[in-house]
Amino acid sequence: MAKSKSAYSAPGKIGKIERHIIVVWVDNEAGVLARIAGLFSGRGYNIESLAVAEVDKKKHISRITIVTEGTPQVIEQINLQLRKLVPVHKVADFKRGEKDILFRELAMFKILGNSKKLEKVKKICKRFNPVVLDKTNKSVVIQVTALRAEIDKLALDLKSLGLISTSRTGAVAMTKGSKIFN
Amino acid sequence: MPKLLSGAEIVFKALEDQKVDYIFGYPGGAVLPIYDELKNHKSIKHILARHEQGAGHSAEGYARSSGKPGVLLVTSGPGATNAVTALTDAYMDSIPLVCISGQVPTHLIGTDAFQECDTTGITRPCTKHNWLVKDVNDLSRVLHLAFEVATTGRPGPVLVDIPKDIQFKKGKYKFFKNILKKKLNGKATHKISNSELDKFIDLIKKSSKPIFYTGGGVINSGPEASKYLRELVSLTGFPITSTLQGLGAYPGDDPQFLGMLGMHGTYEANNAMHDCDLMINIGARFDDRITGKVDEFSPGSKKIHVDIDPSSIGKNIKVDLAIVSDVTTLLKSLIKRFKEKNKNFVSSNKQKTSKWWEQIGIWREKKSLNFINSDKIIKPQHAVQRLYELTKNQDTFVTTEVGQHQMWAAQHYKFNKPNRWMTSGGLGTMGYGLPAAIGVQIANPGKLVVDIAGEASVLMTMQEMSTAVQYRLPIKIFILNNEYMGMVRQWQELLHEKNYSESYTAALPDFVKLAESYGCVGIRAKTPNELDEKIKEMISVDRPVIFDCVVDKGENCFPMIPSGKPHNQMILGPEEEEEISDEGKVLV
Repeated sequence: MAKSKSAYSAPGKIGKIERHIIVVWVDNEAGVLARIAGLFSGRGYNIESLAVAEVDKKKHISRITIVTEGTPQVIEQINLQLRKLVPVHKVADFKRGEKDILFRELAMFKILGNSKKLEKVKKICKRFNPVVLDKTNKSVVIQVTALRAEIDKLALDLKSLGLISTSRTGAVAMTKGSKIFN
Repeated sequence: MPKLLSGAEIVFKALEDQKVDYIFGYPGGAVLPIYDELKNHKSIKHILARHEQGAGHSAEGYARSSGKPGVLLVTSGPGATNAVTALTDAYMDSIPLVCISGQVPTHLIGTDAFQECDTTGITRPCTKHNWLVKDVNDLSRVLHLAFEVATTGRPGPVLVDIPKDIQFKKGKYKFFKNILKKKLNGKATHKISNSELDKFIDLIKKSSKPIFYTGGGVINSGPEASKYLRELVSLTGFPITSTLQGLGAYPGDDPQFLGMLGMHGTYEANNAMHDCDLMINIGARFDDRITGKVDEFSPGSKKIHVDIDPSSIGKNIKVDLAIVSDVTTLLKSLIKRFKEKNKNFVSSNKQKTSKWWEQIGIWREKKSLNFINSDKIIKPQHAVQRLYELTKNQDTFVTTEVGQHQMWAAQHYKFNKPNRWMTSGGLGTMGYGLPAAIGVQIANPGKLVVDIAGEASVLMTMQEMSTAVQYRLPIKIFILNNEYMGMVRQWQELLHEKNYSESYTAALPDFVKLAESYGCVGIRAKTPNELDEKIKEMISVDRPVIFDCVVDKGENCFPMIPSGKPHNQMILGPEEEEEISDEGKVLV
């Protein structure tokens, strides 16, 4: 690579990009999601997916799961910057592929077709905990839970079988065993 | 049952309990109930600005020179948006500000009502935190929390948006303390361990080419931090350099001080940073004006970084020893531990660092701040030097605008105490210095307050002269008038083939007459031989002064690390100006 001779604002070496899952516990108050999302957009970080819901009704704590990409330095900054926000209680950070972490996404597919085709659909979805949520004689709404890449592939496979609508959540995560995030 | 208070009364009760003496502001429809309540609270004085940005910078100047948070009161819509520049400025330079803004009544929020804007949305990225208060019973907790967030950890601005109906509504008041408790929020809860201190001391002992690199964190930590810093520097015998914001933490005329570092820093400071084997960063943040290209920044050194904000550590530069701490706390325990075992460190270590000091002496001989003086025309550097010589015997406070004059002030005015130097470093806000001087003068009555200004910058907030006159604040606006936006012109000369696109102001006001129309004193100096007399006249006048110092229009600010050059190759003066590569020109 040609060396830039500049003393100012020349980009440094770019480290290896890693995918991380960051879990944030926040006070469920007005604007809290905008604060988190604004931190990411304002500092140029990525959000690949986002899942938010209140997990403690009494204390009004929401759990936000963010899938993001960045160099180790950027990931560290994301963690540290998140911790500075006033409504943030704690932050947990996992590298995609870590062994003792479970990840799941949920997807709903609407498929049009005759019963023969729909049987085929069920077969393809079998590995991903399929639940038939709605069924008519020419359509089916089927729910699966799986990893992101698996759902990507599934959606591709279902296309030829009459998939007309897809709805997906962001990833959520939990540790294996008796340990919890701290 | 406790007495119920209106929202407006709660605001003042909270301000009183926070021991606020001054608020800077500007009234408007959505804050009228709060302004109505002002008359019942004699201990709080309101300073009426002429523009909310001016009020904000005044609050910043007040905060920086007093160590107390600045308080700002503005109305909804344009009042709040006008305050945004000041809030962002305070955010970048870590100044504690509490901004209270009026908002349209809750039932009108979201209807595009008159003077409505999404204030908390707009100020979210330029405050540490902000609140929209929708229930009057939350108001006292939020206000006290606002002060706590603004002043703890790395200080910064906060905003509390109060709808008009909440200002009228009655609710309960309570004084809340330590709401954040153990939450991190940029606040150091980290306890410094002996092993960290021993590592620190070990690095100090092993080093033969050390340097202290200190910043605004030392100032923000309070005057005690400067005291400890001086003690540590003298205990070690090491050289020290400072960032723009750190000036004054260490005496500017001390032989161990190498001057400011960075883009317009001294030759010796930048070279010492580049060649050192140990860099001790205390309360600075490896800003891009300091590091230049990060890959080639001080390649051979071990680095220690002390910062109260965990996210500042490792953000730009990887370090070998990171300590999250308030500067005072760290220095105090470090000095104690250091003294226990290293009583005669300076004399025993003298030989180890003698070569380093020799090298620094060689760099110093370059006299990088020198300039070619003239007896016909006032050189801006000469003007700052004369101002320094004629004011150094009294406790002088200096603010600046942004540009060449700011760098000349930083290079040639020597500060010996903290909280005497107020400049917009992070955001680089032209128009900062005049309103900041107002806040400084409010916090320091009877002291000499000088805004070293450029004629372009000062016109951005010139209306605040009217504020200075109203409150009889004898601030001195010392304008280095070269009729150009000097730093823009300098960059155009060096980087854009002298195409001075829009950097010349063809129709400037007559600053002396302008001063008179504001009801203050105008003084003009045109030649070097009348300069001293005129400066003395300015100092002796007990009224606000606009000083029009007519300086050389073509002077450039040196030394400079130009774009397209490595960090340890500075341009020292006009005779060394060279072609800058096309690659270098695109960079800021």
